[in-house]
Amino acid sequence: MDRAPDDIELEGIELDLFVEAMRRRHGYDFGQYAPASLLRRVRLLAERHGDGVISVLTRRLLHEPELLPQLLEGLSVPASDMFRDPPVFRTLREQVLPLLASYPHITIWQAGCAHGEEVYSLAILLEEAGLYERSQIFATDLSARALERAREGIYPLRSAQQWSRNYLAAGGSHSLADYYSARYGLLKLDRQLRRNVTFAQHNLAVDQVFCEAQLVLCRNVLIYFTNPLQQHCLTLFRDSLVRGGFLCLGLRERPDSAEAAADFVPVNADLRVYRRRSAAAMKRS
Amino acid sequence: MKHPAAIVLGCSAGGPEALKTVLGGLDPHLPQTVLVCCHTGSETVELLCDLLGRASRLPVIEAAEREPVRGGVVQVAPAGYHLLVERDLHFTLSVDPRVNLSRPSIDVLFASAAAAWRGALIGVVLSGANADGAEGMRELRRLGGCAIVQAPDTASAHTMPQATLDRAGADHCVPLDAIAPLLNRLCLP
Repeated sequence: MDRAPDDIELEGIELDLFVEAMRRRHGYDFGQYAPASLLRRVRLLAERHGDGVISVLTRRLLHEPELLPQLLEGLSVPASDMFRDPPVFRTLREQVLPLLASYPHITIWQAGCAHGEEVYSLAILLEEAGLYERSQIFATDLSARALERAREGIYPLRSAQQWSRNYLAAGGSHSLADYYSARYGLLKLDRQLRRNVTFAQHNLAVDQVFCEAQLVLCRNVLIYFTNPLQQHCLTLFRDSLVRGGFLCLGLRERPDSAEAAADFVPVNADLRVYRRRSAAAMKRS
Repeated sequence: MKHPAAIVLGCSAGGPEALKTVLGGLDPHLPQTVLVCCHTGSETVELLCDLLGRASRLPVIEAAEREPVRGGVVQVAPAGYHLLVERDLHFTLSVDPRVNLSRPSIDVLFASAAAAWRGALIGVVLSGANADGAEGMRELRRLGGCAIVQAPDTASAHTMPQATLDRAGADHCVPLDAIAPLLNRLCLP
């Protein structure tokens, strides 16, 4: 009998033990993450920190707490781009912000902000709509290291060309270069852009509602979660949104089967922009 | 090997033309799941699905997250996302960093499919100008799957099939025209 398939069984046990160790030692529960992508990330971490063996990684996780921030970074939302999927940001600019303008104070939550590319994109949208002064953005992530990077707002300059194109395709009225300075192969975003941003650690799997928002962005985060955790997050977003508040998910995400999806109506289903149902509509349904 | 339950195909430069030939030759009664990962550089795979759908007698659709994999349908990895198969045979997407400068990456699809189907999987590497797929095919063979590689001299870009042969070897290395008949023979009951 070929030995190889046993490796797969063994690796499955190792992955379960890693998840268990992470939960019991550090309180982070990855038990509801989609197994295939979780295994890939844990394998990559094992390559980097565990001689390619998940059990070795688990041993280090248990005995070397200083390794935790690096592991959490490797297990959380990957970096994005500024104005990724420009039509989405164009829709936010043209259809969502004009409605948010009617609120005296605008609260926005970006869940899973990674390195902050989309947070600053949002800040620029608000700035150009003349709404930023009365806006507050909460940018949260599981990973403290990701949040540090996000706070810095420094990115490789090689991204600038693509991001500038994205910005214009999203209906930008200036030049993206107006918002950053470039040197030593890096681009540094204008610090003014984060004057109304609060970066904070938040774990979607266990942490609670902490704000009442008019807009929640959570793009390409739920794709890493199993159905029950996806459902949990959609409920969390619903409860964090004012009635009529907006929700923006990733372009290939499929929330439709989750029960909480019934509490949202599409603004643009193709672009995954939704609105929390009004009280009257919720009563009817 | 076990009777195949699924076929995974990977390709990049010259891939769409090669896929038309392979999918066009597949028996429409093929009950297997057919998954495609093709680097296109486009924003979406809508056009690719249309193109392949016209050539193929099996329906061609984009693979969607959380959906179960389906038999008798060709499902294509969406642009900009890695496509993975869960052990319970549902799709998962990921925006993890590019692998071999590619997202979707053939290595990522093949490795997850190999873990899901093990010996009941056929991997096919067609024309392409980089080495994505070679490592995935090695994993697929390690877990008992069957490797078909397009003979590099019949590929419009030979780097990918050649890299796969070098890294993983193959159970069948055949010209493009021979791939569909071989798949039909291996797959039909």
